[in-house]
Formats: sequence, structure tokens, C-alpha cells
Amino acid sequence: MESLNIFIRSIFIDNMVFAFFFGMCSYIAVSKSVKTALGLGAAVTFVMTMTVPLNYLLYEYVLKEGALAWAGLPDLNLDFLTFIVFIATIAAFVQLVEMAVEKFSPTLYSQLGIFLPLIAVNCAIMGGSLFMQQKVDGGELASLWQSIVYGLGSGLGWWLAIVMMAAIREKTTYSHIPPALKGPGIAFIITGLMGIAFMIFSGIKL
Amino acid sequence: MSMNDKNFKYLTGPFSANNPVIVQILGICSALAVTVQLKPAIVMALSVTVVTAFSNLVMSLLRNGVPSRIRIIIQLVVIAALVILVDQVLKAYVFEISKQLSVYVGLIITNCIVMGRVEAFALANKPWPAFLDGVGNGLGYGLILVIVAFFRELFGSGTLLGYPVIPESWYATEGGWYTNCGLMLFPPMALIIVGCIIWVHRSHNKDLQEK
Repeated sequence: MESLNIFIRSIFIDNMVFAFFFGMCSYIAVSKSVKTALGLGAAVTFVMTMTVPLNYLLYEYVLKEGALAWAGLPDLNLDFLTFIVFIATIAAFVQLVEMAVEKFSPTLYSQLGIFLPLIAVNCAIMGGSLFMQQKVDGGELASLWQSIVYGLGSGLGWWLAIVMMAAIREKTTYSHIPPALKGPGIAFIITGLMGIAFMIFSGIKL
Repeated sequence: MSMNDKNFKYLTGPFSANNPVIVQILGICSALAVTVQLKPAIVMALSVTVVTAFSNLVMSLLRNGVPSRIRIIIQLVVIAALVILVDQVLKAYVFEISKQLSVYVGLIITNCIVMGRVEAFALANKPWPAFLDGVGNGLGYGLILVIVAFFRELFGSGTLLGYPVIPESWYATEGGWYTNCGLMLFPPMALIIVGCIIWVHRSHNKDLQEK
């Protein structure tokens, strides 16, 4: 039950895009067509589902204050290293995914272009890991399983957001938008309005 | 002289014509999240300026020694090291604000401005111009942050930098007619404000408009 709560909360209530603005750069840039958005969303979800638990293990057993007790070093506190360890894990993992996509789906690879390696610096993924750290400290995430659920939920939330956005932007191609607002301007305002719509979920009590 | 003009351009270009947030559309995540009040926005802007400037400087110094296949990971290590330094300084001197910024300090690592400037500029230029470019982009980013935070704090809580600016007697609770717009404190309004800034900016700079 606890895990289901985390899952629903991370998709709808704490949506990565609408509540925290994570991954906005690629969100604005890649949301021009639904097809590419689906591809990037899937890649981000996959990377997040894998890197959040990996970083959870690293944080829980290596970096946290007193985490190295199993190695006979109970006084050691390495938590100033979290940033560098998290980003290294993510960068290495993204490199792997990039190679896999290049091998198995060259079309998707050429469509995503520069944005595939840029997943490494997609704030949504780093943000997921940093929030995981915060939640572990706050006692909200208590096991590896819950961290997997949290990673998956956050990824799906981002996926949902970018696909909805892409669908709306495909329609706006035919609308009369003031020339100065075309492109990123209107994209921001649409995202803001979608965010207001998503605020209704914050009324859900879990 | 001409060299100095060029350097000056690296510094001031990102303020408007080549602004990282509203023209290059980079570094938006943190630009929006820390703008509920002015104070954290200013601290964030300064932190990003320091990180961009020094990561540009370091990567520009290293540019001839780094093989291009592994450059991303080296950039990340340099940037992450700088961010850890900034984080420790913030924790030591402005702990309250550092708590408010929470994960967003760590997210400077994945702030696309830092990475983007290193990739696009520092790897192809000498250290001094690269440093200026970093400072310029950091400040250009800060400018947008301050504008957004100004409107959100003024209309959302009726204060600026924590000092009340709306007269007490205006408020409905005191018998007046005014109420703070609570919506301003919520994330979506930041997006809408940035959208409006882009709108105003592009109506003045017609060459940036999309066809």
C-alpha cells in the first residue's frame, strides 16, 4: 500500500515537470512531435527506473552518515560526495543506454540526436536521485523496492507530461499565435496552464 | 582595442540578445523553482555565475589535453567538484537559504547552461574570453531569475527581499481591499511569467521570432 502511494504521488502530485520544473530544457526542445516525445520519454523513464535504485544503494551503503558501519568505519560521513557519485552513476548508465539504442534502434537514435547523451544532464534524472536522498533522510523511502517504485513513477510522470505537451503543440501549429510568442513563449504558457490543471491532484489525500 | 571590444561582447551578449534562459532556452528548471522570493533567487544566480565562470575557465585550460570521447565525463567531474564547493560555502555562511534551495544547488551540475557553455564556447576558446563568457551567461541567467522573483514575491507575498512593501492598511484583513495573489507562489505561475518575458523580449527583437 505504501508503495502504491509513492507511485501515484510521484506521477500526479509531485509531477517532475509541473511541480518541480525538472527536465524543462529537453521538455521544451523535444516536445514538437508526439513520436519523438514518446521515444525520449521512454528513455528517460528507463534511465530513471534504473539510476534511482542504483543511487539508493550507493547512498544507503556507502555515502550516508554511518553507512560504512558494515566495513568497520561507523564514524565516516561521506555525504558531501553525493553529487559527484550520483552524476557519475547517471553518466555511465546513460552512456550504456546510448550504445544500446544506437545498436538496436538506429531510427530512434537519429531522431533523438543530441538529446540522448544530454539525458545525462537532464535535471529530471539527477533531480530524481537528489529527491530520493532527501526522502531517505526524511524516512519516506525505506527500501530498495520503494526506490524503484519512486524512480518509475517519476519517470512516468515526466513521460506523461512531455507526450501531452507534444500533442498540444502539434495542434498549435495551425493556430494564430502572435509572432513574438511562437515557439518557446507559448510552450511556457501552455505548460503553466497544464501545471495549474495538475494542481487539482494536490487535493488528493494519500 | 578591438580585442577588448570583443571581450566586452562576450560579457554583455548574454544579458539580452543571447540570453541563456529566454533565447537559448537553457537552465530553466532551477530558474523557475527558486524564484518564489528574491533572496534565494539572488543567491542561486551568484552560485550559478561562479560555477559557469570557473568551469569555463578550467575546461578552457584543459581543452587541448582532453580527448573528445571522454570530455563529457571530465566536464561533469569538474562541474560537480565546483558545485560541491559552492554547496559547502552556502551551508557554512547562509544555512537558511541553502535549506530553502534544497536540491536545486545540486542541480546546478545538470544545469544545461553550465554544460552548454563549456561545450559551445570554452572548448574552442582561450581561458580569459571563456571566463568572461561564463560570467556573462551566469549574470544573464541571474537577470531573468531576479525579474521572475521580483514579480512573484511582490504579488505573491507583498514583500521584496523580505521587507513588506504593500502598506499594511491596504489588506482586506485590516479593512482594505487588497489580497495577495496566492497563485503566484505556485510553480505554474513562474512558467507563465517566463513565457511573458519571452513575449516582450521577442516583440522588441524581431530577428529572434520563429517563422
